[in-house]
Amino acid sequence: MSKLETTFTRDDIVRLCERVEGAQKEARPIYKLTEEYPEMTMDDGYVVQNELRKRFIEQGHKLVGWKAGLTSKAKMKQMGVDVPSIGFLTDKMAVPEGAKVSVSELVHPRVECEIAFMTNQDLEGPNCTAKQVLAATDYVLPAIEIIDSRFQKFSFDLQSVIADNGSSARFVGGGRPRYADELILRTIGSVLEKNGEIVEMGAGAAVMDHPAEAVAMLVNILHKLGETLPAGSFVMSGGITAAVAVEPGDSVIARFQHLGSVSVSFVE
Amino acid sequence: MALSSELIEQLGDQLYEAFASMTTLVPFTEQHPEIEIEDAYRIQERFIQRRLDAGEKIVGKKIGVTSKPVQDFLGVFQPDFGQLTSNMIYAEGDTISLDELIQPKAEAEVAFILKEDLIGPGITAMDVIRATDYVVPCFEIVDSRIDDWKIKIQDTIADNASCGVYVLGEATGDPKKIDLTLAGMVLEKNGELLSTSTGAAVQGSPANAVAWLANTLGELGIPFKAGEVILSGSQSQLVPVTDGDTLTCTVGDLGSCSVTFAGKTAVERAQQEAGIEEDAA
Repeated sequence: MSKLETTFTRDDIVRLCERVEGAQKEARPIYKLTEEYPEMTMDDGYVVQNELRKRFIEQGHKLVGWKAGLTSKAKMKQMGVDVPSIGFLTDKMAVPEGAKVSVSELVHPRVECEIAFMTNQDLEGPNCTAKQVLAATDYVLPAIEIIDSRFQKFSFDLQSVIADNGSSARFVGGGRPRYADELILRTIGSVLEKNGEIVEMGAGAAVMDHPAEAVAMLVNILHKLGETLPAGSFVMSGGITAAVAVEPGDSVIARFQHLGSVSVSFVE
Repeated sequence: MALSSELIEQLGDQLYEAFASMTTLVPFTEQHPEIEIEDAYRIQERFIQRRLDAGEKIVGKKIGVTSKPVQDFLGVFQPDFGQLTSNMIYAEGDTISLDELIQPKAEAEVAFILKEDLIGPGITAMDVIRATDYVVPCFEIVDSRIDDWKIKIQDTIADNASCGVYVLGEATGDPKKIDLTLAGMVLEKNGELLSTSTGAAVQGSPANAVAWLANTLGELGIPFKAGEVILSGSQSQLVPVTDGDTLTCTVGDLGSCSVTFAGKTAVERAQQEAGIEEDAA
């Protein structure tokens, strides 16, 4: 059962969901939702996101997992929030390693390095811990998340971003799968290169001090949404590095200590 | 070279006096705008000779200006180096006395300890790995004998690459078992995460910086011996430190180094005195 408290009417939800869905499908920027609904809350954002998820599933998309966002202190500060956010991932967002992504399908694409988890047991909030997450993890792998804010001129706030599914657009998993208990995820280093130049770097601790903490937080937010995280879920734990803008012709590679690398390139 | 031997000796002496009295100097690049990098290394040589004359010994080298942001800031495309001396050494667990420093800042690094001499030119990163006995997480506490850190590349080189003191962690690692390029670096201050990075921040890899040092020293005819400690360059931003601060850096697959600071720096003492005078007035 969802524990979200919304200020929206059913009509508001459907209208805003259609606006976000249109922006995502047509790669068309829209104004942040708070322009029209200044009183909009984070719960309202999740209610719109839930509606979007329901619609995508009705259209035949398969839910494959979730992503945590705003998991670094720097990003939370930048957004003026003290809690991270989550978004859902579907099979339509998955891009194979080494693929070419067409930027004409996106608005403001940016990439970041993340550690992803594949689970093999169900996880449930509201009191999920990092320890439980690690015990329920089949393996970890490196990933590149391609985020895309659909809001005009990057003018957004947390409520609008949540409604826009946490800016989720595409994701690339790959590299070398590893058992989490063989690694110290806090100190796993990651380097992001664009066209052969190092552009960003960081270590796992950038993600809520430990990437498994971010997954636990995600499971606890899912509880609020009336959801659990089933075994076999793919979860991206949040950006280790800042997000880097990409354009046609760019090629990026995310290199990870112990986890190999993931690459993807961009075309018109 | 643009400066006379007499001037070089004089400037080296001025740096030694500033170091000994914990005071700062107007940047040499303001006093003598014609100063070149080569002059700066000769001033450093004089400064260090004065420290050796006072009874210190050379125990290793530090490499500075290894990250792209710092190189961009100083407008150079290569690192610099300074000498580590016996009075700069702290062990993990020691408290670093700020009373003996002017305007210190901490940097998290990986240190190399050589088991063979590395005589350039012609040294590659592969030779560095072969010749390294072990690597250690460490902090370099940089300090500047130049007013307000208003340094250009020539100022910092003359001032022994702004070296203050250093502390090596107790953790040691075999460089053949660690991916020093991609190993994460996690820096915490008083238990709070400050920043994360990787070895790639240092010239693409710390071993590249050590190879650069071996080749540069080889050209200059400066010895680079087995047993020397080499601080390979900062993997973090510069962290200002004050009384009571504890810093910890942790390097993936290597381990951590912690250091605590106590006391008041020369600059803090001067500010305090200025404040008291103002109150009295």
